[in-house]
Amino acid sequence: MERRKFITSGIGAGLATGAAITFGGIDNLIAGNAALPYDLIAVRGGEPDVMFDKGIEALGGMSQFVKPGQKVVIKPNIGWDRVPERGANTNPVLVKRIVEQCLKAGAKEVFVFDHTCHEWTKCYKNSGIEAAVVAAGGKMVPGDSERYYQKVNFSGGSKLKEMKVHELIMNSDVFINVPILKHHSSSKISICMKNMMGCVWDRGFWHKNDLHQCIADFLHYKKPHLNVVDAYYVLKQNGPMGVSLDDVITMKSLILSRDIVAADSAATKFFGKDPADINHIQMASAAGLGIMDLSKININRINL
Amino acid sequence: MNFSFLKKLRVVLAIFFLVLLALLFIDFRKSFSKEFYLWSVSLQFVPAMLKAYFVPGVAILSITFILLLTLFFGRVYCSVLCPLGILQDVISWISGKSKKKRRYKYHKAWTIGRYILLTIVISPLLFGSVTMVTLLDPYSLFGRISTTLFKPVAVVLNNILAAGFAKADVYNWLYRYDMIAVYPAILIITTLFLAGIGYTSFTRGRLYCNTICPVGTFLGLISRFAIFKIKISKQDCTHCGRCARACKAECIEVKSQTIDYSRCVACFNCLTVCSDKAMTYNPKSLKPFVMAEGTGPKAAHKKVASPPDSSKRKFLVTSLVGIAALYGFKAPDSIPGDKKPKLIVPKPKGESTVPEVKTSAVSPPGSRSVERFNKICTGCSLCVSACPTKVLQPSFLQYGMIGMMQPHMDYHKGLCEFDCTLCSDVCPTGAIVPITMDAKHLLQIGQVHFEKKNCIVEVEKTDCGACSEHCPTKAVHMIPYGKLFIPEVDQKICVGCGACEYACPTTPFKAIYVNGNPIHLAAEKPKTEKAKNALKEGEFPF
Repeated sequence: MERRKFITSGIGAGLATGAAITFGGIDNLIAGNAALPYDLIAVRGGEPDVMFDKGIEALGGMSQFVKPGQKVVIKPNIGWDRVPERGANTNPVLVKRIVEQCLKAGAKEVFVFDHTCHEWTKCYKNSGIEAAVVAAGGKMVPGDSERYYQKVNFSGGSKLKEMKVHELIMNSDVFINVPILKHHSSSKISICMKNMMGCVWDRGFWHKNDLHQCIADFLHYKKPHLNVVDAYYVLKQNGPMGVSLDDVITMKSLILSRDIVAADSAATKFFGKDPADINHIQMASAAGLGIMDLSKININRINL
Repeated sequence: MNFSFLKKLRVVLAIFFLVLLALLFIDFRKSFSKEFYLWSVSLQFVPAMLKAYFVPGVAILSITFILLLTLFFGRVYCSVLCPLGILQDVISWISGKSKKKRRYKYHKAWTIGRYILLTIVISPLLFGSVTMVTLLDPYSLFGRISTTLFKPVAVVLNNILAAGFAKADVYNWLYRYDMIAVYPAILIITTLFLAGIGYTSFTRGRLYCNTICPVGTFLGLISRFAIFKIKISKQDCTHCGRCARACKAECIEVKSQTIDYSRCVACFNCLTVCSDKAMTYNPKSLKPFVMAEGTGPKAAHKKVASPPDSSKRKFLVTSLVGIAALYGFKAPDSIPGDKKPKLIVPKPKGESTVPEVKTSAVSPPGSRSVERFNKICTGCSLCVSACPTKVLQPSFLQYGMIGMMQPHMDYHKGLCEFDCTLCSDVCPTGAIVPITMDAKHLLQIGQVHFEKKNCIVEVEKTDCGACSEHCPTKAVHMIPYGKLFIPEVDQKICVGCGACEYACPTTPFKAIYVNGNPIHLAAEKPKTEKAKNALKEGEFPF
């Protein structure tokens, strides 16, 4: 009952935020956060698409994020030539439903891409994401050539001050981040912030110049408008691509938040680790890029 | 009988095979299946011959077909199946259309040179060296020319168009593609070959095929005895010389009304231009050949065959000597297996300091050993073209002089994907033998080495782990190192895919790299434990 009330009152607040986005521009999005009833939605026990429907509904619906005629970019993790059950890439069922919801909300076009680690056409195909996106009416975009990336300069970061980002990240109206929760040998854990590495061309620079700091610094350039963490299949060990099916557990969970740090913090707890032990989450929180302390935010927990 | 349909048939088939083979090498969109690759190249003489010997199978049928084809119809292979021959015909055709119309004239065969050259190419094969074949095999030459020179043109055009589409938010038809630059030496050698062959075909038609090409010379030995032959009827011939002027093999001597069948490539141009209906293409008659010179009134038309052009001959001799010298260059101590590390890049300041110690190049999975690979591969670069990750690149001196242009695994350019066996599937010579996915997963083509002094974690004191991230077996895994994590390697489960080396961000020397296994070994299967879920159903950890 409580939850319902929150949702109802949230619609008005959501409209206000929507207006804030329209008039104040995308950069003011974070400022509009406080007006929302929930900072974070955690859903458990359903199929990826069903959990997303419930979660986005609790956030006030997709129309909170996507306005008619807007250009949307969705950034899942499609880094590896692996089937969905291996837990290395975002679940295609989830990506498909997000594309559908965006188009239903009136998006002019929905683009999906990743700068993959394995050969990109195989990743797009074997992850099941290409077929899912095309079936839903979205467009798959290549991220395999340096020519798709353009140089940007930004301030605020301590290590990362310029980089080449994919043109879609620069040019789209709405940016939705859809990572999968998994173990990672480099960054310990890979969730929302780590997923941003697939938006840039030169990842080697990050590895060379304090990986955790660079991951946090990216947020000074841009923060996704919505983060959706796929924790349906979770790669618990031998990440980020896994050695065998032994590495994967079925968790059937989903996290949604506008706050990328909060989403990472909550997902880290699902994984069984303390977010304070993950350097990049700690660094981003300390720089005021989001809230790591989950006791300070309003969480809606949904069990299906 | 009107024989002009023969030329039309020849042209149609030739265009088909030229386009087919060019597409194989130019394609960068992975458009073709492995079966398509195999069938398309199945009728190429040198690869089929090598495969028939080293990996007997369907290739025996291919080689039998080509030999029978030649025995029945002459060197049809050179006109219809050989992509380099057809490419030369295209250049000759353009030459013929040029302002200053080129006409051919009869030249005597350069018999001694041809056979010496054929001997030079074939005899090293007996000692297990394919180097001369690599250099001169027309199919492999065409492959390298297409991959090194034609493909970049196609890619540039594609990228211009794709950029235009991308501006309009259209991404589903064309995508942009990044090429890997080949070694300048490879580029220069290939360009010189194209320039040389381009020049000879522009001025003298099939001169390359009838002097240098080992396949041409070899098939010429058979085509002398072909059952179907072009013949000049002594009665009907008026010595007008049209046939000789149309003959790009320059093998019709009007004076004696004879044709040098060892050089005739069965293009049938002469049949089309003969206005006296004096030329026929029929099965061999059993009557003995009349070789007497024509006499009588028609003799007035006789043309005196021009003396051989001495400057061109000099050019050929010089190039022959040059090629022989190049072959002689193959010093035994440059063969892989020697202990000398190859240092090519000088060290800039502030970069990694310890050179990579590589005692052996990495040969592709399925090649079994470096030695075996060097012995069979003709460097056609079909696998280079098919390789989805660009890790296969033509080598320069990685295998030593002996293996120049044979592909090697270049882990600074790409990684070998765990779930890919494409190079072994498409190799037309059998230098890379097809392997199953399961076999590939346990095949060790090289071993990982970690150089801590170059590692970011050690030098910069920050986390990195790019190597372990890309390792498919976790032969490279991270272990605690103070507050950080540093790589540790387990060579037993390493497959030598080079993912760690490719991902390692240090320059110029990598902190982690793969040294080739001269003989490919078996890797152990990685041990895994079942991951546990600490979370109860419906539980929220916050």
